Amino acid sequence: MGYVAVSGGLEAIEQSNILFNIERYKGKSRPLEVSQVKEQLYLLVDRVMGEGGLYSPELASIAIIQSGGDTFEASLLLRAHRVTLSRLTTSLPITTERMRVIRRISSAFQEIPGGQILGPTTDYTIRLLQMELLISPEEEWTKYRALLEDANIRLKNIPRSFPKIVKILKEEGLIEEPENQASGEPPFDITKHSLTFPAPRSAILQSLARGETGGLLLLAYSSMRGYGNIHPTLGELRVGYVPLIIAHPHNGNPYTVGEIKVTEAEVISRYETAEGLPRFSMGYGACFGQNEIKAISMAILERCVRTKNPKAPAEDQEFVLSHIDGIESMGFCNHWKLPHYVDFQSDLDRLRKAQNKWRASKKPYEEA
Amino acid sequence: MKRLDHIEMFYNFAFINDEVKREVRRAIFKAIAIPGYQVPFGSREMPFARGWGTGGIQITLSIITPTDVLKVIDQGSDESVNAENIKRFVARVSPGIGITTDTTQATIIQTRHRIPEEPMRSDQILVLQVPYPEALREVEPSEVETRRMHAEGDYGRMWLYLYEDIVRFGEVRISYRYPVRVNEHYIMDPSPIPRWDVPKLNMAESLFLFGAGREKRIYAVPPFTRVEPLTFEDHPFRIENFNGAKCKLCGSFDTYLNEIIMTEAGERIFLCSDTSYCKKRRKQLGV
Repeated sequence: MGYVAVSGGLEAIEQSNILFNIERYKGKSRPLEVSQVKEQLYLLVDRVMGEGGLYSPELASIAIIQSGGDTFEASLLLRAHRVTLSRLTTSLPITTERMRVIRRISSAFQEIPGGQILGPTTDYTIRLLQMELLISPEEEWTKYRALLEDANIRLKNIPRSFPKIVKILKEEGLIEEPENQASGEPPFDITKHSLTFPAPRSAILQSLARGETGGLLLLAYSSMRGYGNIHPTLGELRVGYVPLIIAHPHNGNPYTVGEIKVTEAEVISRYETAEGLPRFSMGYGACFGQNEIKAISMAILERCVRTKNPKAPAEDQEFVLSHIDGIESMGFCNHWKLPHYVDFQSDLDRLRKAQNKWRASKKPYEEA
Repeated sequence: MKRLDHIEMFYNFAFINDEVKREVRRAIFKAIAIPGYQVPFGSREMPFARGWGTGGIQITLSIITPTDVLKVIDQGSDESVNAENIKRFVARVSPGIGITTDTTQATIIQTRHRIPEEPMRSDQILVLQVPYPEALREVEPSEVETRRMHAEGDYGRMWLYLYEDIVRFGEVRISYRYPVRVNEHYIMDPSPIPRWDVPKLNMAESLFLFGAGREKRIYAVPPFTRVEPLTFEDHPFRIENFNGAKCKLCGSFDTYLNEIIMTEAGERIFLCSDTSYCKKRRKQLGV
């Protein structure tokens, strides 16, 4: 009987891609609109923008729809698209002190200047499924739209800026100043250079900011649970909009070109050094959109990887920074689905040789 | 409130079913029988996020009866969002129970990070929410290993840890969550209460129940049990010092105080952490 090796790879790929799209559309529902994802699944959009390293709610929404809701795949789509865009300029440093805050809390103090602003959060909801959504989603929608009209009036009383809690503590000498980039020195660019260790702080912050939320959380959780606890207190967490400012190409004057939504977390960690005046140390986290788990995890890890004598996995800078990128890890994990039969053939050869050697060294009745 | 009415109709008294309540109560009995020992239990998912008091909630829901009077505090305050949230939930799923902010009126008090200033009585239970049930976690990350250390009373590394802090920093750096020895046997994590509250655990009239939902452990300090902070003869245990500061509202200087930043310039005032006690004092003093 003749044997024909499997071929027609190209056609198979096309068919499987068609099947994936049929899978998405085989139900009775209408196709999702990009604006629906952008507006109603905004936390998902924020997450994908952060991991994809590109701030564009619209493009991120397309990526989410196109990938069937797979955050890894969507972030990859976005990051691949990012490469096709030219870098027009570098924005001027942003100060989050002037953030247009929608949420701002400190767990270090009961009350803070400017007040604790809970803002939009699900933190305090009772986690019971909202069965109404099955029957009358329109009712929910109408209810909250009506509240929005009222809220517009009340929102006017929110101050334009809030003082930074950590800054107040720093001025009192309670918190050490972390090593910063010398002013004027451009930050390390992880999109253009590969990391070397120990990495400069700017590279650490960039790697963590683009890291996969779950990956950051896992490592930060291992630290908080006991594998190298840094004893964090959340000095301040704020979510809001910051202006994107560039220097005008001709006259160099600062020019606001838009704004982006960011989450910023500052954790205060127990004092460490025995030399000199004891001070709390700090961990810093910031990422695109509202992604509080990521910002807090990032702040904890940023502090962890600067530990003087690393002992736990989360304190090992190389270990953390080499494994938190979602696009790299998902790609490599998925690559195991590629054919590896040439390699496996070689594995088989070695095993058979070893088995034969073992058999030759034993009497027949000894074989297991 | 529509969703909560739906809870009343469809769920058991105090939300969790009787089988689970029985399981939790058995763990509680065992914990009382072996003071300071962490009893593993099948911690269930509650309609709150893990780490937000799900251990304490499971204990409260398992022991509460319609004649109980509940008080819930967070960082000493009856009004903090988390306390209000838990109180609202337990009240709605447990029809008939009473709710109070007065420590002396409550039969069950669920708390996060504080023990009330007013001494509790033998007919009262304090349920503490616990993030880290393992006091030895500071020196040993592995659960397999810490269980062995407890079983063998192998506490050398914990003592060494405290000793090294004193040598390096002149002070034990553990601020809150100060490890204690219960009944001269197990080393126990008292939950993240300030050192201020640790002496209140010793030879107390009331029962203390500790619930760690995420880590799936329950432990207890029964009434009239010796609870001693780990300390050295020549380095006594010290509670927090407020350097003579007084509560801005009630003037008290013998309560645990919260530091509050008033202005950007860093001006501060102090207020009682135990809000209901502070209120009571103000009423007594007429201020």
